[in-house]
This record gives sequence, structure tokens and C-alpha cells, in this order.
Amino acid sequence: MNGINPSAPAAAAEIAAELSGRSLWQDAWRRLLANRAAVAGMIILSAIALASVIGPFLLPWSYDAIDWEHIEALPPEFATGHYLGTDSLGRDLLARTLFGGRISLMVGLLATTAALLIGVTVGAVAGFVGGRTDQLLMRFVDLMYSVPLTFFVIILMVVFGRNFALMFLAIGAVEWLTMARIVRGQTLTLRNKEFIEAARASGGSTANIIVRHILPNVLGVVMIYVTLTIPQVILLESFLSFLGLGIQEPMTSWGMLINDGAAELEINPRTLIIPAAFMTTTLFCLNFLGDGLRDALDPKDR
Amino acid sequence: MTSPLLQVRDLKVHFQVRAGGIFFGTYLPLKAVDGLSFDLSAGETLGIVGESGCGKSTLGRAILQLLPATSGTVAWLGKDLTALDRAELKAHRRHMQIVFQDPLASLDPRMTAGDIIAEPLRNFETGLSSAAIKAKVREMMEQVGLLPSMVNRYPHEFSGGQCQRIGIARAMILKPKLVVCDEPVSALDVSIRAQVINLLMDFQRALNISMLFISHDLSVVRHISRRVMVLYLGRVMELADRDAIYGKPRHPYTQALILAVPIPDPDKERAKPRVLVAGDLPSPLDPPSGCVFRTRCPRATEICARAVPVLESAGVGHEVACHHWRD
Amino acid sequence: MSASVLDLRNLSVRFTTPDGDVAAVSELSLSVGKGECLGIVGESGSGKSQTFLAAMGLLAHNGHAVGEAIFGGVNLVAADESTLNGLRGDKLAMIFQDPMTSLTPHMKVGHQLTEVLVRHRNLKSTAARDRAIAMLRRVQIPEPERRFEMYPHELSGGLRQRVMIAMALLCGPELIIADEPTTALDVTIQAQILDLIRRAKEELGTAVILITHDLGVVAGMADRVAVMYAGRIVELGDVHQIFNAPQHPYTKGLLACTPRLDDATASALVTIPGQPPNLQRLPKGCAYHPRCQNVMDRCRAEKPPLMSAGGGGLKACFLENFGRFQAGAVVP
Ligand SMILES: Nc1ncnc2c1ncn2[C@@H]1O[C@H](COP(=O)(O)OP(=O)(O)OP(=O)(O)O)[C@@H](O)[C@H]1O
Ligand SMILES: Nc1ncnc2c1ncn2[C@@H]1O[C@H](COP(=O)(O)OP(=O)(O)OP(=O)(O)O)[C@@H](O)[C@H]1O
Ligand code: SF4
Ligand code: SF4
Ligand SMILES: [Mg+2]
Ligand SMILES: [Mg+2]
Repeated sequence: MNGINPSAPAAAAEIAAELSGRSLWQDAWRRLLANRAAVAGMIILSAIALASVIGPFLLPWSYDAIDWEHIEALPPEFATGHYLGTDSLGRDLLARTLFGGRISLMVGLLATTAALLIGVTVGAVAGFVGGRTDQLLMRFVDLMYSVPLTFFVIILMVVFGRNFALMFLAIGAVEWLTMARIVRGQTLTLRNKEFIEAARASGGSTANIIVRHILPNVLGVVMIYVTLTIPQVILLESFLSFLGLGIQEPMTSWGMLINDGAAELEINPRTLIIPAAFMTTTLFCLNFLGDGLRDALDPKDR
Repeated sequence: MTSPLLQVRDLKVHFQVRAGGIFFGTYLPLKAVDGLSFDLSAGETLGIVGESGCGKSTLGRAILQLLPATSGTVAWLGKDLTALDRAELKAHRRHMQIVFQDPLASLDPRMTAGDIIAEPLRNFETGLSSAAIKAKVREMMEQVGLLPSMVNRYPHEFSGGQCQRIGIARAMILKPKLVVCDEPVSALDVSIRAQVINLLMDFQRALNISMLFISHDLSVVRHISRRVMVLYLGRVMELADRDAIYGKPRHPYTQALILAVPIPDPDKERAKPRVLVAGDLPSPLDPPSGCVFRTRCPRATEICARAVPVLESAGVGHEVACHHWRD
Repeated sequence: MSASVLDLRNLSVRFTTPDGDVAAVSELSLSVGKGECLGIVGESGSGKSQTFLAAMGLLAHNGHAVGEAIFGGVNLVAADESTLNGLRGDKLAMIFQDPMTSLTPHMKVGHQLTEVLVRHRNLKSTAARDRAIAMLRRVQIPEPERRFEMYPHELSGGLRQRVMIAMALLCGPELIIADEPTTALDVTIQAQILDLIRRAKEELGTAVILITHDLGVVAGMADRVAVMYAGRIVELGDVHQIFNAPQHPYTKGLLACTPRLDDATASALVTIPGQPPNLQRLPKGCAYHPRCQNVMDRCRAEKPPLMSAGGGGLKACFLENFGRFQAGAVVP
């Protein structure tokens, strides 16, 4: 070929630079680790999750055991084993908060994952394929939007009976709708970009283009939405539980604990503050992590 | 001349465009490409010129089946591409590539240069090991004048000219037989433009590529093409060998176009007769009757409004669509 | 050339960015005579636009200009906003590449035109309307009364640019700065617009600064030409001299690598290797030296000042008798 000089001044270090391929994911991971807020968020989040999972096994009191000697709300005391005190029924607050975290995080994670998988798939396919498929999928989404959540849950219960798992299903079934709309919108703008056309000209199939070009480009926005969805799901769960459609006493969740605590705010603020602190910390961490993920997935951000 | 690789016959691409009110809008056909026919033989470069909106890009995309044709045929080695199903089309895609105008927009911002260049290989040479792919990408990068150490960079870390080299590397890595270049140098600076033009011409000669070179820059087209097709509102005005188009243009539009191009030579430029084409391009939704150029043509007569001029032969391989080309 | 209209003296423009300062324009001196058309050519990023935006007081807020730009006895660089507002659109007009960005989208074209007259000439609105419509007719806009009532987006690119020219001419400016006025237009429309600018210059005696990267446009329009590279003028001279006997290797390279309509040979184009420098890390010495075929030791150490190039021209290059060299750049 002709001898066009490679234009950038070739720093020696650059030539020595590693020539093996790097993927977006490796780069993203590297960039994520460089983001202090996101790393702190990840660490605290893992700590909370770990505590919620194994904590209840290590505590002297179980979440549903009533300490008959301390039936009224007890302040934190080491001797009794109630490290953060008890609630008005004499149940250990720390045990309940950790157990509640287990439920809340599980609901948040499972329902959001379901929403993520369904929403992204439907949104990307509808947006990219367009035409009939798009019409069909999006009309279905509109239809689902118009069904009130409680009504939907009640119908599910009538059909399947009372079941803990139904709640995940119900919440997941609602949350993916917004995700699908967001992803579809993003995909529509991406679809007309020249690099997508270039991918088609290079022989990429539809599935191939969605996976290799559309998804990596919508992921940043999706990540932000995911971190917004998790808290939403956690609150939704407490709402359902409050209506008696979710989990039942003596099982608990952060949402329920906060609900109960709010009722006793004046007599016994601890019962509100402790679960609320856990939940707020979690939400903050999620936000930092979400921002970090979005930035990490954008190569333009260094 | 060898037998044509590509035969385009009466190709039409019409878009349905909404017109009128918010509620009772109707759809009007926008005839972006309206009945084009031409041949392209192996190793030949056909320049396609015309003003903005005359359907150049639409034509290029329709030939590569990136846009559906409304009617007409695009025959590749005798086989009509418009009639193929997806799998058959994919098999043909490896021989046909495109280079885009906007160097940055045509590269996926979340992919590294190496991945972008390797993409056609991954689609078509599924048997290749990743080491072999890497080697080929490396070789390609050297050929287009990029340092192989840049494989891991993302598009935004390159200059416009370098991005266009990546785009060219991607297009050439499968050694295609047909390449559509849609204004590949329009976004580049003068000094970079010359480098990229030379690069494209080198590939074209080395691989004996048939090339459709789309541009609104008549000087660049003169430099790179063997034949030139002049479009106006989706129709062919004139099609001829390069020297005939530039030396003896027959169509009033071609003549006006050539006269309007500024020449970087003050003596020649100032000595040029100053004939201006009057007016603006008509709306493609409502093209003039008869000859589409008649609203701006200095030679238009009554017949031009009545009858659509057909392509007539004005010499060997020279076709003109004008009622008055002989005058 | 009689007294000058605009005088730039040691004008520098710097931009502060998160990754360091950008030296967009460095110590640039230049003057434009009355009724003269000065062409400014250079590649993207060479500082063509910023030089004159600085002179108009229109730099982005992270930009900072030092030096002088004397227009009608006033130093525009140091002038306050109200002085600048009084001059801009009146004695000093600007036409941009994309008229859409300089016309207000939600205001009728007519209103935008009359506003200029009301502001600068204190005209009554009916008088302003008549003047504006007369001006639209003068720039050959068909059916000016109808266009007067239209919004910018309802006009084609060519018509919008005509409206911009009409607006620029309304107050009879002494100087029009046209920044790539035809880059976004088709060649036939470009020819129309250039013709308008040429006539404004000839009939009204307006001085014109024509910024473009198209050498052909400059060849047809300019009396003198300044070639810019990396924020500096590398060559300045009469248009015939610049094109027929360029004295700077960059000018010569630029001319050689431009495909020409009047050139029938299809050999490989001469190229300038490499690409323009990063303005944050300008090479030491002559900014062109990494790409220059004639580079000498001295060029790497010292910045060449603008010096006489013979024939009244100036060049920023240490080479002597460059005119004798054949083609400046060759394919390596
Ligand atoms: N997807 C589309 N839907 C509707 N109209 C379209 C579409 N794509 C192109 N057009 C119209 O078709 C005509 C031809 O467009 P095309 O992009 O082919 O022109 P072009 O010659 O490439 O112009 P340019 O020089 O501006 O790139 C234009 O009037 C354009 O507005
Ligand atoms: N707001 C800004 N912040 C930082 N840098 C800037 C800013 N505006 C312009 N620059 C830089 O200043 C340099 C000169 O820009 P200028 O717009 O004058 O170039 P130009 O010669 O007009 O190029 P073009 O042909 O692309 O219009 C460029 O490198 C540009 O990146
Ligand atoms: S057919 Fe008539 S209007 Fe059309 S180009 Fe020829 S002379 Fe002009
Ligand atoms: S000063 Fe030296 S490097 Fe710069 S243009 Fe002249 S010869 Fe080339
Ligand atoms: Mg186009
Ligand atoms: Mg500019």
C-alpha cells in the first residue's frame, strides 16, 4: 500500500503497549474500580448483603422470637443480647432488620433482574425490528400499564392462592414495562446510526447486531434505571405487604419495619431509625454504583 | 470491457412521507431514486454526483440492499439481489461493502478499533482462530496507515482521518468486489482528504474493486472515477466517461454544475464565464413535470414541461436525458 | 490599499479546558483594507473562526483573548459589551456557516431584519419593513413579501443564507466577516451566494473577510489571502502570488494535494503526511516541522516569525528562495 505515515506521533511506550485485545467489559471493570464512590458503594452494599444473609444465624435472638422478659421496647443492651434493642413486642430489632434486609434485597434483586431481562429484550427487539413486531409488543406493554398493580396481584392470588413467590412475579411483571419503553426509545435512536448500518453491511444478523451493538450502547442508561428500580421495588413490596398481599407477620422486610416504626415514631424512634438507616445506606450505595457503572460503560469517560 | 458485475435496471426507491395536517395527513411518495439503470464492470469506478437530496446515498444503500427497492432490479453477477432471502443475501454481503461519510458516526463508540475492523471477519470467517483474526487486523491496520498498537483505542480517541481509515479497513478486510463509498472524504480536511483518496485508489487497484464513488465534489470525482453519472432529483441527467463528462458535457445541468465548481487558480477562476443556475432545488415531493431540471434550466422550452426526456446516446457510452442536448 | 478597516495586532486566543489550555490563536497580526476582500484559508482547527470571533467579542466563555483588534479607532478586544453591541450588526457584520444557528428559530425572518434597523437606525417599523423588503429583493430572494412572514426553518439553506446576507447588509457595514458562508451549500447555490457577496463588495465598497477551507472559493473572491496553520498565519500575500508562487511549504502542499476540476491526470495525489498538531501540545519551533519536507535543524528549535516573502507578501518560514523548489511535498 502507499506509505501514508501513521499520523499520531508513535510514542515508544505505546508501541510497547499490550497488543492483546481488550474488551469493553474489561475496560469497564477497570474504570469502575478506579471510581472511589462506586467501589465504596460496592463494599458497603456487599457488607449489608452479607450481614443480611448470615447475620440472623449468628445472633442470639431469632427475628420472630419474643423476649417475654422485655416485652416493652428495650433500649440497646449488650447483656440481654439485644444489641440494638427490641421492638414494642419484645423482638430483637437487629435480627428483624437483618432478616428484613434479606427479604427486601431478595425482592429487589430478583424482581429487578426479571424486569431487566424481560424489559431489555422486549425493548431492544421492538425498537430494532420495528414495524409489526414493535406495534404488537408495545401495545401489549400499554395494556399491561393500564392494569392497576393491586388488581393484578389480587387476580394472581385468586388464581394461584396465596404465595410468596407471586409477589416477585407481580412486581417483576410491572417493572419491566418502563424498562422496555426506555430501551425501545434508546434503540430507536441507535437504529438509524451509521454504525448500525455498517454492521448490517458487514453481514451481521439482527440478533448479532442487537447483542453486539445495541445492548452495549443502551447499557449505561439501563444501569441507571436499574439502580432506580431496586428501591422502587423494595417500597412496592412493603406497600403490597401493608395491603396484606405480600409477606406476613412475623416475617418482615425493611419496608414493613419502616412502616411499623413510623407508627411508633414518638414513643420509640429507634424502631424507625434503624431499618431506615439500613435502607437509606443501601439506596445511596446503589446510586453511586449505578453512576459508576454508567460512566464505566462509556469509553469516552476516563 | 468485461461483462458487468453489477447491473441496475430501472431501480426505484420511493419513501412514503407524511404530508399535511396532524390528524388527516396523507402519505406522499418521495421519489428519492426514480428509475435508474446502469452497469458497473469489474475494477471500474463510477462516480455519482449531484446536489444534496438527489438520491445518491439512497441509491448506494439500495444497491447494497440496506434499503428495500420499491421496484427494479439490482443484479449481481447475474443474480437479482432484490429477490434473495436473508441467508442468500448474507452470503453475497461479503463481497459488497460501504464506506460512510461521517467517520466517527460509522464506528460503534463502545467498540475498540480492533473489534470494529475484525467484525466482518467474525461474521464471515467463523472458522478463524482469534490469533488469526488478530494477525489479520494487525496487517490491515498497517495497510491503512494506522499503528497496530492502536487496536485497543476507542473511536473518539482518533482523529477524523484516522476514523475513516478504520472504516476503510473494516470495508476492505474481506477483500470485497464492490465498495460503495458514500462521500468518504467530505468530512475530512484538505490535507487528510488527499491521503484518504490515495488510500482508496490503492485498494481499488490492488483488489480490482468495482467502486461506486458518491460525492458532491466534482473535483474529487474527476480524480477518482472512470465514468461519471450525474443525478438530479432521483433521475440520471447524464452518464458518460469521465473525460466526456468534464470535457464535453452535453446536459445543461452538468454544464452548470461544472461551471459552478471553483477552481483553485485565480487566473482561471476569474476568467470563467459567470453563468449562474437560477433558483433553488424544487421540493422532491413535488418535482416539476416533464424534465425535472426545467425550473432552473436556461434552455428549457415548452416541450420540457410536457415530456420527460429519455436517456439518448450522445456518443460511445455517453447518455444524456435532455430534449435539447444537440443544441 | 488605503487605510485599513480592521487591524489585528498580536491577537492571541486561549481556551481553558479541563485537560489544559488550548492555544487556538497565537500572536496574530493582520489588517484588512477598505473595500478589500481578504481570504482566510486553513484546515479545521487552525484558528480561523476563533480569530474573528475574538475580534467580535463572541468567544465562548472559557476563551480569553489578548492583543488588539482595532476597528474604527476602537480596540474591540478591550471594548465593553455595549460598545460591541453598537458595532455588531451595524458597522461590523458577520455571516456564519449555518444560518440556522444565527437566526432565532421562533421569530419571523422579517421581524429579525427590522429589529436590526430599529436597534441601530431608530427606524419606525413601517420604514424598517420597507427597507428590509427592499434588501431581501436586493439579495434576490423571490417573493420577498411572502418570505418576510416566514420562519427560518421554512426556508431552504440557500435562502436562509441570503437572509443572513440581507441582514448583514442592512446597515451598510464597513466590514463583513463571512465564516464559511457556503460550506453547507450545494455548488450551484454556492455560486449564487458568492456572487452576492462579490456584488456587495463591488457595489457597496464593503470590506469582506472570507473564511473558508476551499481554495477554489478564495481564488475567485479574494484580493489577498492569509494561510493559517495551528493558530498562526504562515503566509500572507496577494492572491496571485499565493496561488502561483507560494512561498511557504504548507501553502504549496495544500495547493498540491487539492484535487482540481481542471486537472485531468489521475495519478496519485500529492499528500502532506501526518495531521495538524494538537493545540495543547504544539511542537517546538515551527509548528509545521513534523510534516514539512524541507525541515532544517533550525526549524525544530526556533519559531519562524512572519518575514518578507518578496512581492509584498509575508511568510513564516526560514527557507530562502523557496520558490525555486519544485513540488513541496512528495509521496514518501
Ligand atoms: N428514510 C427516509 N424517509 C423519507 N425520505 C428520505 C429518507 N431517506 C432519504 N429521504 C429523502 O430522499 C431524498 C434523497 O436522499 P439522499 O440521502 O439519498 O440524498 P443524497 O443525494 O445522498 O443527499 P446528500 O448529498 O445530502 O447526502 C431526499 O429528499 C431525502 O430527504
Ligand atoms: N470553547 C472552546 N474550548 C476549547 N477549545 C476550543 C473552543 N472553541 C474552539 N476551540 C479550539 O480552538 C481551535 C481553533 O478553532 P477554530 O474554530 O478557530 O477553527 P477553524 O479554523 O475555524 O476550523 P473549522 O474549519 O473547523 O471551522 C480548535 O482546535 C478548537 O478545538
Ligand atoms: S430537457 Fe429541457 S429543461 Fe431539461 S435539461 Fe434539457 S433543455 Fe433543460
Ligand atoms: S520553518 Fe522549517 S519546518 Fe517550518 S515550514 Fe519552513 S522549512 Fe518547514
Ligand atoms: Mg448522502
Ligand atoms: Mg471555523
